[in-house]
Amino acid sequence: MKLKGKVWKFGADIDTDRIIPARYLNTSDPKELAKHCMEDEDPGFSRKVRAGDIIVADKNFGCGSSREHAPIAIKAAGISCIVAKSFARIFYRNAFNMGLPILECSEAADDARTGDILEVDMSTGEIYNVTRKKRYEARPVPPFMQELVSAGGLMKWIKKRGFV
Amino acid sequence: MTIRSRKRPMTITEKILARHAGLRDVWPGELINAKVDIALGNDITAPIAIERFREVGAKKVFNRNRVVLVADHFTPNKDIKSATQCKIVREFAREQKITHYFEGGNVGVEHALLPEKGIVVPGDVVIGADSHTCTYGALGAFATGVGSTDLAAAMITGEAWFKVPESVKFVYHGRLNRWVSGKDLILYTIGDIGVDGALYKAMEFTGEVIESLSMDSRLAMCNMAIEAGAKSGIVAPDGVTRSYVEKRAERKPRYFASDHGAQYESVREYDCTKIEPQVALPHLPENTKNVTDVGRIDIDQVVIGSCTNGRIEDMETAARVLKGHKVARNVRLIVIPATPAIYQESLRRGYFDTFLQAGAVISPPTCGPCLGGHMGILGPGERAVATTNRNFVGRMGDTTSEVYLTNPAVAAASAVKGRIAHPDEVSR
Ligand code: SF4
Repeated sequence: MKLKGKVWKFGADIDTDRIIPARYLNTSDPKELAKHCMEDEDPGFSRKVRAGDIIVADKNFGCGSSREHAPIAIKAAGISCIVAKSFARIFYRNAFNMGLPILECSEAADDARTGDILEVDMSTGEIYNVTRKKRYEARPVPPFMQELVSAGGLMKWIKKRGFV
Repeated sequence: MTIRSRKRPMTITEKILARHAGLRDVWPGELINAKVDIALGNDITAPIAIERFREVGAKKVFNRNRVVLVADHFTPNKDIKSATQCKIVREFAREQKITHYFEGGNVGVEHALLPEKGIVVPGDVVIGADSHTCTYGALGAFATGVGSTDLAAAMITGEAWFKVPESVKFVYHGRLNRWVSGKDLILYTIGDIGVDGALYKAMEFTGEVIESLSMDSRLAMCNMAIEAGAKSGIVAPDGVTRSYVEKRAERKPRYFASDHGAQYESVREYDCTKIEPQVALPHLPENTKNVTDVGRIDIDQVVIGSCTNGRIEDMETAARVLKGHKVARNVRLIVIPATPAIYQESLRRGYFDTFLQAGAVISPPTCGPCLGGHMGILGPGERAVATTNRNFVGRMGDTTSEVYLTNPAVAAASAVKGRIAHPDEVSR
């Protein structure tokens, strides 16, 4: 799976309250959530972002709450993939479970700036910064996680295993 | 070639996971499927799980006694949208005949409620669609927060996938200073290792200080393991655990302990005689300082409650500090006993008289302001001292508001002084 999009760059320890503030958690409607995605970090974000854009962040992206509203909001806002130095573990899990592609790569995260164009190959983990003409290798995704993604997320995976 | 004639020495976390995965032993990094004893959801996370459950065509939960649903975040329903979310959970609970469904006068903050009711027992594997599910590690269970999709899958299959975490051992030596509790130990630890200092790992709390620590303080410590990025926190069961568990466990507990020779990613040791009451300054739990080193910080609100510090020991401490004092003129003090039983016990022991005479508002059990939900939201530029676990930007209200995390004694003293204060300034 190859993805290409414009970068939105964020700092370290972006918590789930900044991705989607708790005051909006009285609903789980993706469209509603997308409207407030990253609102407290970058108020105009949901209006500026275009389908296919890529979030690039420093370490520990998605720390804090377990709310799946966070990856849902990001996905519904049109973000195609997230590249970060590292992810908080529940966010990491949630992203794979719902089929939102994410990659860990320190160098790519360091170099990229908002507005850069990034190409990401999920199957090989190769990242290419078109603007800076630089290539990177992301940390490989464990085979089980690839299996989850190729099944289309956790629910489809358990269905395949005959649970429902 | 090595022939392994006996099991490798394992940590308590590895042993619990191995048992639930039906394996002789497990290794850090290994991906396993494990049986879950309890799967938990709340009024924010369960509706999404229920939607996934229905989408995939599931008809029945794997075990109606093992799925726990607690409507504690925005309840009593703060608005129409919240009421709608709760209705989804209620109807599902009825349809599935869920035994452990809590709302109204039965509801308490989930992570205070489940241990108190004996729903989680030592040796369990618990997943909860709430990040502070790690609280139950205090009982000697493996417990971790997951998302709603994980919850949906577990509600159907009774299983969850895990990457076996590496364990980090934290050893607490010496003796606790006056006014220092489990909350201070965990804040101090997070201050030391940072908010991703234990990312993906299991934090194992040990040492003579932990052995003499109350269950309420252990629950507060394990509660905040996630604030260091950890997958779980755990305390090996001992006499304190047994006496807490024996009167309430609804299933047979299994007591595990780490083997001699178990492998740890690292070991950190602390001398507790050097630890003072801590304050985590905005906007990360790692920004910790001794309460005596924060300087003058005037405040608008104090919240004493939450799944970290809303238990009876916390109410007792707050009452002890507040006794005979009044809350400062410009401060709103909100006290939230975390469960109905704690509420009733506080009332019985006369703490409510102390709180009310001091000028506090007493809230019914709810998460309420902890996550900026309701019952005490902060306006622009306002500052709060809270016994909760997160001080992220906008966590308790406006994005320009600030949250300072402390233990209940510091929170109560600060309410009296109108600024962040050491409990000794108020109560001797
Ligand atoms: S009290 Fe706060 S941290 Fe605990 S479960 Fe409720 S919202 Fe989450």
